[in-house]
Amino acid sequence: MTDAPVHLADGRWVGRSLRRVEDPALVRGQGRFTADLKADHFVRFVRSPLASGRIVKIEAPEGARMFTAADLAAVKPIQPMLHKFNYRPIAQPILARDVVRFVGEPVAAILGRTDAEAEDFADQVELDIETLDALVTADEALGDNAPLVHDEAPRNVIVEGIVKTPDFDATWAKAAKIVRIDARSRRQNATPMEARAGHASFDPSTGRVTLTCTSQMPHLFRTTVCDALDMPESELRVIAPDVGGGFGQKMSVSPEYVMLVFLARRLRTSIAWTEDRRENLIASYHSRDQQLSLEGAFDADGKLLALSGDIVANIGAYSCFPTTCGVEPLMAMAELPGPYDFRAYACRSRGVATHTCPIAPYRGVSRPSITFVLELLMDKAACELGIDPVDIRRKNLIAAFPYTSATGLVFDEASYRETLEMAAKAIDVPAFRVRQKAARAKGKYLGLGFGTFSERTGYGTPAFAARGMGITPGWEQVEMAMDPSGFVELKIGASPHGQGLRTTLSQIVADQLGINPNRIRVVHGDTDRTPYGFGTFASRSLVIAGGASVLAARKVRVKLLQIAGHFLEAAPEDIVLEDGNAKVAGTDRTIPIRDLARAAYHGAHQFQKDFVPGLAETATYDPGGTFSNACHVAIVEVDIETGGVKIEKYLVAEDAGRIINPMIADGQIHGGVAQGIGNALYEEIVYDETGNILTSTLADFMPPTAHEIPPIELHHRETYSPATITEAKGLGEGGGIGAPAAIVNAINDALSPFGVSVAEIPATPQRIRAALRAAEQRS
Amino acid sequence: MTDKVDITLAVNGRDYDIRVEPRRTLADTLRDDCGLTGTHLGCEHGVCGACTVIVDGAPVRSCLMFAVQAEGKAVRTVEGLANGDTLHPLQQAFMDHHGLQCGFCTPGFLMLATGVLEREPDISDEDLVDVLSSNLCRCTGYQNIIKAVRAAAAEMRAK
Repeated sequence: MTDAPVHLADGRWVGRSLRRVEDPALVRGQGRFTADLKADHFVRFVRSPLASGRIVKIEAPEGARMFTAADLAAVKPIQPMLHKFNYRPIAQPILARDVVRFVGEPVAAILGRTDAEAEDFADQVELDIETLDALVTADEALGDNAPLVHDEAPRNVIVEGIVKTPDFDATWAKAAKIVRIDARSRRQNATPMEARAGHASFDPSTGRVTLTCTSQMPHLFRTTVCDALDMPESELRVIAPDVGGGFGQKMSVSPEYVMLVFLARRLRTSIAWTEDRRENLIASYHSRDQQLSLEGAFDADGKLLALSGDIVANIGAYSCFPTTCGVEPLMAMAELPGPYDFRAYACRSRGVATHTCPIAPYRGVSRPSITFVLELLMDKAACELGIDPVDIRRKNLIAAFPYTSATGLVFDEASYRETLEMAAKAIDVPAFRVRQKAARAKGKYLGLGFGTFSERTGYGTPAFAARGMGITPGWEQVEMAMDPSGFVELKIGASPHGQGLRTTLSQIVADQLGINPNRIRVVHGDTDRTPYGFGTFASRSLVIAGGASVLAARKVRVKLLQIAGHFLEAAPEDIVLEDGNAKVAGTDRTIPIRDLARAAYHGAHQFQKDFVPGLAETATYDPGGTFSNACHVAIVEVDIETGGVKIEKYLVAEDAGRIINPMIADGQIHGGVAQGIGNALYEEIVYDETGNILTSTLADFMPPTAHEIPPIELHHRETYSPATITEAKGLGEGGGIGAPAAIVNAINDALSPFGVSVAEIPATPQRIRAALRAAEQRS
Repeated sequence: MTDKVDITLAVNGRDYDIRVEPRRTLADTLRDDCGLTGTHLGCEHGVCGACTVIVDGAPVRSCLMFAVQAEGKAVRTVEGLANGDTLHPLQQAFMDHHGLQCGFCTPGFLMLATGVLEREPDISDEDLVDVLSSNLCRCTGYQNIIKAVRAAAAEMRAK
């Protein structure tokens, strides 16, 4: 990519906390969500009550119309692919055929004229399933005589990665100190406030189906559903209307959507499914669920020389589409070295199948877990070597750029050390230590913890190609047209779900064209209206769709300047576009941009023969990727009697490159931190030993409320990215990546007088009390 | 269970003559029978508060109330919050302070805060956080919601 970065003068739209164009409709209750659509029929999915079993009989109640796997002979299963020798391709059936593999797996679809009728029918289905042995944990699945979840995957390992740098053994031998951490990141659910929903409507006049659904990537939903149903993509329109949060869960194409389109075509009708919260908690996608063992080889001064890791991810019963189940374990292996400068690295990472709900991406993907374990290791090493936790990070953070990591990732400009210093200064570590000592004397246990990380964002096709995914996403395309009235329509392949992308992209485009952002309408989430794209995930939309928007705007700009040159009798390079006008620099000669737009459409005869009428342009952007970074700091108080944790202070020093809209950027960090706090302290999907879920309501699986989230102090630094056109780096996930590390390090600092620590998230009162109890029993 | 009954629901000052099953929740009725889809369903078991509406002046979870129970009572939903083109101070404050992202939980928070501020205009900051912890938001981390409600409370007091 040879595109020069954009240099924007003061007083432009980028960098301003512009209010969101998304908001007026949403605060009036005029948002349009999938469940708001009326349908002629409603479907409920009959789901397996058993984790593992053989289907003996499924019988519908009288008067009900039901579909089972037997009706889907012509429908292909969903087949996520990874072109790696150690990946076992596991297809997911649309409805369970012969066997069930997790509680909540759809075994039948049943119809009603109303949602309530469909639900009544579903309750009356006679389902006879013969119980088979269930594997719930990765340890059970890896056991010597464990049954197989899928015959194709010996020892239940679906995907495995191994890496070892050539210098590893020699470097390891030089260590003065080996520090080990065995950590666990328990299973969670992204829990968007709007659960999944779909509405498929058959149009008899065209034979086409419109699927409106809660999707983060509508174009890929179209491709996947059409592949399964063997239909041309032109016969399916996918719309992602307002989407009530996704956080990765709405990225995967689940069988329910294939079923909806199948039913709409078969019955030539409109049909709706709105997932209830219980379904969402047991049968949508889960996340995390990793066991991580890490050993660090340090020299006597606390310099990390080499790192060795063993990662086991419980990926559930199937591989998700399109990322596959490799998304957690393989990314963990590739990005475990994080922001630290060391050359020798060895890691083994396995994705293990069990009889549990499949795992899919969730905000931060893998990095909340690996940052957690690596930062715990740093604090433990600091403690064992008698170094301050800030000092050990100072010693080890990458300082010179570009930097090529032990796994071959190239880090562009970043500010690991600078954000650490910002955070340490803002929290005032020496003052805290004085306060901590005084508090301890009174039986009050305060702790301070750091979480430093590097967050890979805005990466394009090359990064996904390196993963060997069957689908290689990465690029984004936009179509931009200025109409004859001078207003701009920007159609994007990215598909936001709450990020405010319409606002930020309009700010970027406004600066390029010298017009007010309120003259720009951003269109997304409709495969009939927008160019093919990969949607919103992995902190990519603003970086990649933003870059493509700049490229398209530059083309429109060139043409506007050409037309302006004609009317103003000046060379295009002497003309500037600002405040809605084209002006000859240094003169008072000016013409409104809307007049140029009108001329482009209605006055083509005035220009030379090769003039192409109109102002419509297309552009594609496919960057190599960049790295955001941050240092999170938490001060907590641990109640030794109850094991309860209160966050007293939370601080983030963040660097996401150029900030397009500070208000929106802060909001993304706040939200990420809140989910990270949930991840660190509260949220856990719990299975019993038979594979039944014990946390199927929001009273059991507990996202934090306003009570649990403290004020979050933000400090920004903007290291402009040389790797992206807008100089922005992604920041959607960062908040959630740093929080578990900072909070658990703070808990362990608070627990240090007792000589105990926790290395498991969520760090619940029970786990903290168990650690303290063990210490009490020892003494 | 499926025998329907005729009821009249007074929502946002307008009467809706509708026929519903007795088991039908107020939330489903508002959304499907009155066409007021601004009220959202996030959990249908009373935890998330996305479906909060105001019934006779008090914020309630409309997923935990039957429509037949609301007959004869004054129901207010997010659609009735603005005065024509003029937004309610809470709606404006949510926009000004970035108190929403995906916007799915927003109607519930707006109705919760409206109900509380109307009853207790001088509510303390601490009590306000207590009340706002009734509802769940997954996007904002609550900081800006709290900021927005405090700002709106100050404005409503000043009027």
